[in-house]
Amino acid sequence: MSTVTIKPGGGHDTTPLKAARLPRWTPYAVAAGSLAVAVGIGLAAGLESRMQWGLIAAVLFVAVSYALAARVEGTRQAKDRLATSLVWVMFLLAVVPLASLIYETVERGVKVFDGYFLSHSMGVVADDEPGGGIYHAIIGTLEQVGLACVIAVPIGLLTAIYLVEYGRGKLAKTVTFFVDVMTGIPSIVAGLFVLSFWILILGFDSSGWAGAMALSILMMPVVVRSTEEMLKLVPNELREASLALGVPKWRTILKVVLPTAIGGITTGVMLAVARIAGETAPVLLLVWVNPFINTNPFDGPQGSLPLYIYQQYQSGTQAGYDRAWAAALALISFIMILNLVARGIARWKAPKTGR
Amino acid sequence: MDIPTDTPPPPSHVEDAKPTTPEQKRAARGATRPGDRIFLGLSRGSGIVLLLIMAAVAAFLAYRASVALADNEGNFLTTFEWDPAGVAHDGKPYFGIAVLVFGTIVSSIIALAIAVPVAIGIALFISHYAPRKLAAPIAYVIDLLAAVPSIVYGLWGALVVAPNLTGLYSWLDDYFGWTGVFEYEGGAPRSLMTVGILLAIMILPIITNVSREVFLQVPKMHEEAALALGATRWEVIRMSVLPFGRSGIISASMLGLGRALGETIAVATVLSPNFVINASVLDYGGGTFAQNIASKFSEASEYGRDALIASGLVLFVITLLVNGAARLIIARRKEYSGANA
Repeated sequence: MSTVTIKPGGGHDTTPLKAARLPRWTPYAVAAGSLAVAVGIGLAAGLESRMQWGLIAAVLFVAVSYALAARVEGTRQAKDRLATSLVWVMFLLAVVPLASLIYETVERGVKVFDGYFLSHSMGVVADDEPGGGIYHAIIGTLEQVGLACVIAVPIGLLTAIYLVEYGRGKLAKTVTFFVDVMTGIPSIVAGLFVLSFWILILGFDSSGWAGAMALSILMMPVVVRSTEEMLKLVPNELREASLALGVPKWRTILKVVLPTAIGGITTGVMLAVARIAGETAPVLLLVWVNPFINTNPFDGPQGSLPLYIYQQYQSGTQAGYDRAWAAALALISFIMILNLVARGIARWKAPKTGR
Repeated sequence: MDIPTDTPPPPSHVEDAKPTTPEQKRAARGATRPGDRIFLGLSRGSGIVLLLIMAAVAAFLAYRASVALADNEGNFLTTFEWDPAGVAHDGKPYFGIAVLVFGTIVSSIIALAIAVPVAIGIALFISHYAPRKLAAPIAYVIDLLAAVPSIVYGLWGALVVAPNLTGLYSWLDDYFGWTGVFEYEGGAPRSLMTVGILLAIMILPIITNVSREVFLQVPKMHEEAALALGATRWEVIRMSVLPFGRSGIISASMLGLGRALGETIAVATVLSPNFVINASVLDYGGGTFAQNIASKFSEASEYGRDALIASGLVLFVITLLVNGAARLIIARRKEYSGANA
């Protein structure tokens, strides 16, 4: 290997070690500039949609930073900057809908969202008159989700235990694969299944229970998945220590493995609940509609929060829209709170895997 | 440093020991005591119940669908009408899924075309671009997108997004209307394009999460090697991250596709259904499998419900194939599974 010596001060002028770079604040300046220009264009051309302003700003930002970098830093750096600015734009593109959705739901939802709204049913309120509430729908949703949990949680837990603690061989592989596939079943298909066998073939009426069965089908794979992940995190040493003391395997699982993972399992179940609480399609097919309070999920149609939103929207009246937004606010807050609590539990009760 | 050559091999893991005799096998499974046998039976039973449910879904849907198809006067695959009550055909049921196939495919393609690049961008942002402290909160925000119920997306899409799209659609019509695909005649933009945009937002989280998991699996060595050769960050990503993650991106997109195909209520809320095939994606019209079931269900007779179940069976089979294929691609790399996304 020959050694390369650099003459002090010599080759410096011909091949600079440090290429020209744009100052660090360039991206910010370009972003501010393109935003300003986009707003200008939007105002000048009379584009009423903010969405177009944003798109123009994004395109300008990407183009200008590429052109600037190509000019000053060379093509390779320019491509790098192009990628960086694109990635940032993509990220903002994803945040904007979420922000807009939450903002609009809260802003339009608070109009009729009050104690009266939460504690009254729709009863005899007509579509186009204000008033009425979601009490019947809250009861329906809670009961349906509760029943779905009663079915799905034991089956899901036991299946996960089977897969992690016992499952080797073909059956376990098949179950794993179909659990994965099951997570992708469209909710309407689960609804159609219960419809075909419970209502069309066995001849029962629509009821909260029928909806709960469909919801449990959607919930099971989620519970299995999350429980499986949690059980895998339980250190093997704990199991071995218990087994070495002569504790039977089933007691080891019940008394050692499950308590260790209980935090994560609770989180998984709550996230699954959050997911099915917002499902409309199966409820639409199976629970039917009932504007009155029906506390018995086994007898006759019930209300349901997501379904309530759908119907109030379909009524096409301003009063209906107001109620739909308020119910959406209630549903979203319920789900977000479940999510936050679930994640809190996960952090608080995380299994100590460190050694 | 000396490496001792005569150290005994490390004790093999308990589970690696191969049981040979039947007694050992049973002992290894822990199924000797009655309590153990009951517990094993219960947990294995639940696994089997899960499989049975899947089988039952297929069987019952197929049975009711066969009832409907036996009397259908139209061709189920190529008929452009949905008339199970036979209003226009002397009381004879006449229905087919051609329009639904078209609408479902078009809206899903639009959704994927928008969501996949954005999702890859966000996944890269989280794994490679974001300041380290920001990465976790951003991932959480993306998860929140997944937690929003589809009916709320539908409400938002119909009452907030759609009215904002008229400007964009007129612009598309002005400059690309000549293609025929982007013709826009004005009116409420409750079209397949709007549905596609909404679906794109809804499937963004799953594609992002699965691709991000894959990007984080890229061997650090590959990236550092590229960096050491003087590559820019983009070149690192192009040369080491994207090639490694390609199969992950493909399966992530397919999982997203599965979601988009089966999305019901958001589509039913946003789309103003019209049982025709319209070449322009901006004008209203068309329909998807799931949307058609949701909006036709309440007026359907029992036979009409069977007809809807027949279309649901097609949807079930399609999503099963798409999801199964995605899982198989993921399963080839056992280290990551997108299932928990």
